[in-house]
Amino acid sequence: MWTLLGIAVVVAGFAFRFNPLLVIAASALVTGVAAHLGPLEILAAFGKAFNDNRFVSVVFIVLPAIGLLERAGLQERARILIARLRGVTVGHLLLIYLAYRQIMAALGLVSASGGAAQMVRPLLAPMAEGAAQSRLGTLSDAVRYRIRALAAATDNIGAFFGEDIFIAMSSILLIKGFLEQNGIFIQPLQLSVWAIPTALLAFVIHGARILLFDRALHRDTGKTDAPQ
Amino acid sequence: MITLEDLYIFAGLVFAGFAILGALDRTNRKRFGNAAFWGLLAASFLFGSHIGDLANGVLVLALVLLGGTGALGLGQPRTTSPEERRASAQRRGNWLFAPALAITIIALLGTLFFKSIQIGGAALFDPKWLTLICLGLGVIVSLVIAMLWLKPPWLAPLQEGRRLADTIGWAAILPQMLASLGAAFALAGVGKAVGTVATNTIPLDQPFEAVAVYCTGMALFTVVMGNAFAAFPVMTAAIGLPLIVHKFHGDPAIMGAIGMLSGFCGTLTTPMAANFNIVPAALLELPDRNGVIKAQIPTAIPLLLANVVLMYFLVFRF
Repeated sequence: MWTLLGIAVVVAGFAFRFNPLLVIAASALVTGVAAHLGPLEILAAFGKAFNDNRFVSVVFIVLPAIGLLERAGLQERARILIARLRGVTVGHLLLIYLAYRQIMAALGLVSASGGAAQMVRPLLAPMAEGAAQSRLGTLSDAVRYRIRALAAATDNIGAFFGEDIFIAMSSILLIKGFLEQNGIFIQPLQLSVWAIPTALLAFVIHGARILLFDRALHRDTGKTDAPQ
Repeated sequence: MITLEDLYIFAGLVFAGFAILGALDRTNRKRFGNAAFWGLLAASFLFGSHIGDLANGVLVLALVLLGGTGALGLGQPRTTSPEERRASAQRRGNWLFAPALAITIIALLGTLFFKSIQIGGAALFDPKWLTLICLGLGVIVSLVIAMLWLKPPWLAPLQEGRRLADTIGWAAILPQMLASLGAAFALAGVGKAVGTVATNTIPLDQPFEAVAVYCTGMALFTVVMGNAFAAFPVMTAAIGLPLIVHKFHGDPAIMGAIGMLSGFCGTLTTPMAANFNIVPAALLELPDRNGVIKAQIPTAIPLLLANVVLMYFLVFRF
């Protein structure tokens, strides 16, 4: 049972708002000690794991390309574009993006079709802000931040609840592999099919929230603007 | 064959560029902290496969100490003014989107069509990592187009990349650190221990109870670990297989699929899933580090309940 101390360290570390990097290192150390590993063995095991997981951080190679385009006014252009499209609200824009992201992820294109650095910061968030601005005039910082957060949320939700419909997704392969180890043999397609009901419900639930946000945004701003 | 290792070298060179330009940036009081951080990350990508586990461990420890003690500051690379950007946006029009979309389009098309490209009988791109390799390819094409067209100073891509990298700061390595912690947990048998505790403390006599505890457990354990992949073997060995499948004769495919998606509901609500929740908040310059999580919780909770109901009605029927 001592091996569970590592989880306790993570929970406590986050609860007390210590720097997450230090919390993770402490948790790995405690877990290793509980598993009767020496300090150098723990360091080597964690070093190997870090090295094996470099693919997680490799996506930062998009930063120079995105930064370069921002330098030339990419975000400003997105706002100009949307400001010209009369009738497109924040809600419609995010709803269309949610459908696009789920469909792309279902085709196995989850890391290719979006992401915070690739799509949300340079395109989706400025377009959403532009849509709100063209209808409501200058936005307060609070509203601006809520729109950005909802754009990032929509990107995540579309990805998470589309990707498992693709048969070669790593989570699907993990499920198949684990069941196989326990003597249950199924095809990836069987798993993919049963990811569809949740995907549809995710679209309905998050889509409804997007439209409600849109309605509240127009109503609230209308109210505060009226007396001026 | 172009492999993941080649992509790592490209990434390592980019990070090395951030480090060198960071060290030269006198506007940043902590410039050597930034330089050391990005330099070590560059070393990990360039040499990690050759220096052995212990050296990699020491490298991670140094990254953690730099990132964990506030050794990084915010550089101020020379960039364009808001006025210049507005003028450029007016002048260049919607073509500005083209190089950004090119990254995604090349990654999409590459994933679909580059699998079968062969040179001398061997695949040109490692099929296991095709999407990531094509993403790298897309970045290079996008950079070439943008450099030829926009004619910025030749160091601009690295300076602008550094501007964005500095806004992310130490959070950049958080996702990779969490993935590594998951591996360490697996090595120490944390999963098995959790399973024993769960089955000994919660009464699970009815099919609905088993489904509800399994789905909620997937979500909660994902919240703690930041990763549904780590939660799945634990919860499925503890509750999914012995109860839902063996005792109550549920369908393992439906259990597995909806169980994993219940875990994803947990991913939406936890700062531990830094790459999805914390890094975007930093990238979008939100003052609240948990801003994205707060926008996701009202979707995550109803969706988790929906998953419990879905699994209950489907898993015992097929």
